[in-house]
Amino acid sequence: MTRKKRRLYTLIGAMVLLSAATALVIGAFRDNLVFFFSPTEVAEKGIEAGQRIRMGGLVEEDSVIRDADGLTVHFRLTDLSHTIMVTYRGILPSLFREGQGVIVQGQLDAPTHFIADEIMAKHDENYMPPEVAEALKKSGQWKGGNE
Amino acid sequence: MIVEIGHIALIMALIVALVQATIPMIGAARGDGRLMAVASTAAGAQWVFIVIAFLSLMNAYVTSDFSVFNVASNSHSAKPMLYKIAGVWGNHEGSLVLWVLILATFGGAIVLFGGNLPPALRARVLSVQALIAVGFLSFSLFTSNPFERVFPAPLDGNGLNPLLQDPGLAFHPPFLYLGYVGFSVAFAFAIAALIEGRVDAAWARWVRPWTLIAWSFLTIGIALGSWWAYYELGWGGWWYWDPVENASFMPWLAGTALLHSAIVCEKRDALKAWTVLLAIVAFSLSLLGTFLVRSGVLTSVHAFATDPARGVFILGFLIFVVGGSLTLFAVRAPLLKAGGLFAPVSREGGIVLNNLLFSAAAATVLLGTLYPLFIDALGAGKVSVGPPYFNTVFIPLMAPLIVLAGIAPMLAWKRADLTGVIARIKIVAAVTVLVLLWSVYRAWGNAVFGAFGIGLSAWLASSVLFDWAVRIRLFRVSALDSLQRAIRIPRAAYGMSLAHFGVALLVAGVTASSAWRTEAIQVMRQGETISVAGFEFLFHGVVRAEGPNYTADRGHFTVTRAGGLVAELWPENRFYPVQQQPTTEAAIHTTWLADLYVVVGDPDGQGGWSTRVYYNPLVPWIWLGAMVMALGGAVSLSDRRHRVGAPNRRRRRLMAGEPAAEVAR
Repeated sequence: MTRKKRRLYTLIGAMVLLSAATALVIGAFRDNLVFFFSPTEVAEKGIEAGQRIRMGGLVEEDSVIRDADGLTVHFRLTDLSHTIMVTYRGILPSLFREGQGVIVQGQLDAPTHFIADEIMAKHDENYMPPEVAEALKKSGQWKGGNE
Repeated sequence: MIVEIGHIALIMALIVALVQATIPMIGAARGDGRLMAVASTAAGAQWVFIVIAFLSLMNAYVTSDFSVFNVASNSHSAKPMLYKIAGVWGNHEGSLVLWVLILATFGGAIVLFGGNLPPALRARVLSVQALIAVGFLSFSLFTSNPFERVFPAPLDGNGLNPLLQDPGLAFHPPFLYLGYVGFSVAFAFAIAALIEGRVDAAWARWVRPWTLIAWSFLTIGIALGSWWAYYELGWGGWWYWDPVENASFMPWLAGTALLHSAIVCEKRDALKAWTVLLAIVAFSLSLLGTFLVRSGVLTSVHAFATDPARGVFILGFLIFVVGGSLTLFAVRAPLLKAGGLFAPVSREGGIVLNNLLFSAAAATVLLGTLYPLFIDALGAGKVSVGPPYFNTVFIPLMAPLIVLAGIAPMLAWKRADLTGVIARIKIVAAVTVLVLLWSVYRAWGNAVFGAFGIGLSAWLASSVLFDWAVRIRLFRVSALDSLQRAIRIPRAAYGMSLAHFGVALLVAGVTASSAWRTEAIQVMRQGETISVAGFEFLFHGVVRAEGPNYTADRGHFTVTRAGGLVAELWPENRFYPVQQQPTTEAAIHTTWLADLYVVVGDPDGQGGWSTRVYYNPLVPWIWLGAMVMALGGAVSLSDRRHRVGAPNRRRRRLMAGEPAAEVAR
């Protein structure tokens, strides 16, 4: 086999692989991108029920209610101008508190009711996820100092 | 005072690095031996200065000197000693000092083991190393000085993030950095080779051991990180495709490709430009990882730096290194003449395919990791790319790779007989089919994916064992003869077999734990029992317990199976008063075939506690596999043929025209 032929085969192989990988990536992107919204955007943009999204905001004070099964939790997520009711079943992250910033992932089942299958609350007491801080800024309710 | 000595030592290291980055490079260009010799002296001096700086910072941590701003913000007098020491690199500034310490140590190692390198190549390699050191030292001194004082000194420090106060994580950064920075050696060799315009088998022999070292450490580092996530974060998973995890995984993928292509470069004198490019890419991805993790563009426990000046500095440095080296590559790569020819079906052909698959995998991970950042930078909204994307893309790329790893080691160099090999591996195919059927049967009605993954693992593992059995002619000659043959197999071959076997273990662990994990979430009261995967978990309630710097709600479970005691488990919910932060400590019992994993959540206010129980089959094999892979790297490294310095002796002898038989030894 000549050098040219070998190079050609390698090139063809690489191209086939590249297109396969591209096809995989495009397909996976289409199905698995999760967009982030603030409660205000959810209220105003009219997100379709059933679309997987992330939503970030503050857990409203005195809004957390536990069902009798001890595992299902309801709370209100707010960016201080709009509020969305969230339901979640499972163990809450240890940093989950009223008044704290959290990010929930899941879907809407009614315009103002969100079913979460994942709740993210990371870092320490003073930490605010940047997405949440931005959501608060957008709604004009940001009171934090830095930035 | 000691702190100031450390500060001065760090400044001295920067000055020495500046000298080391320029003088030897000029010397190499002019062929001036005296100027080139500066490199070794400077590398030694730089190492000494950085060791002084590192030790004085560590001293400040150990003695809890809170007049140092860095210590005050990241340490606390009540912290256990291990975490005072680990606290040195548990923050942005200190981790940078560790970075340069490891970089200088690799530089020193090149001097120590590089006696046989051609002087010009050694001078250039050390110069490139020093250039990287200049970047990181000035980053440390100008934007993230660890020795800054604070007046008045606070009475006590802020403490270390409790999530990081963990033995697994104390050693995770050093291993990860040994991997990241280790690729800088391959990178420096690549740049030096591009400047010289020459890559030969001796060059590849030189690069291989350093790549092996870096790769083995990176493997351990990633495994430690994932192990920590598994038992500390309390959700039973071990990998989340978090951008921070991906940041360490991308250099690993590129490094693995480099490890394989360097073999072709050495044995067959081919794939030269490609190997050089991979060396550049592997280190660039290490830098990108450092940038992503340290600049604060990603939010995680790792994002220490939120100061935009730092992000801009690393980004500028990244552009300089990546852009500069790729430009150099574009200009000089055509000089690297391609060597030997080979057929598509051959060992080299297999390695080329391996490289294509690894590169494609690294590219898809890179895309998924950076895509949200691009979208955000363009102001087109915030998106996240979660595990489903990576799983859909990554698994189809890895599956053929594992099939390949089962065949390629049996192919001959240059031109191989594929049908012959396939005929030979009937046994491997039979084992695979049997295991596949067995796991389909076990997983009846469950994911086909699981059976498929176990089949892949069996394929690779049995192929490794079969290949070894063939080599030693097991059962064909006497046992003693086989043993002698087994001893004569080079250690490098054993290293490869071990590493591939480790991959097989890892694949089995990953598959089983994702496909057949059982999970139960419920509220339990004292005396209640829950049954998961045939194990009975009896809950004895929760008591309050005191740790050295935390208080804990400690649950107690007794696990039995068919009446026999299996384990006592004590999961905890800790609260660290200094940081006002809670952490979850899962309790894990491992049988090596599965993990029983228990987490206690919140009380429901009526005497019950939310609890989560997992049965994770084969999950310990993930870390066992990673350790076997790293062990393979170490065994391979102990091969005399990989001993650094050997290639040059060989080349000189060749030049002297000694008989080939002598050379081969």
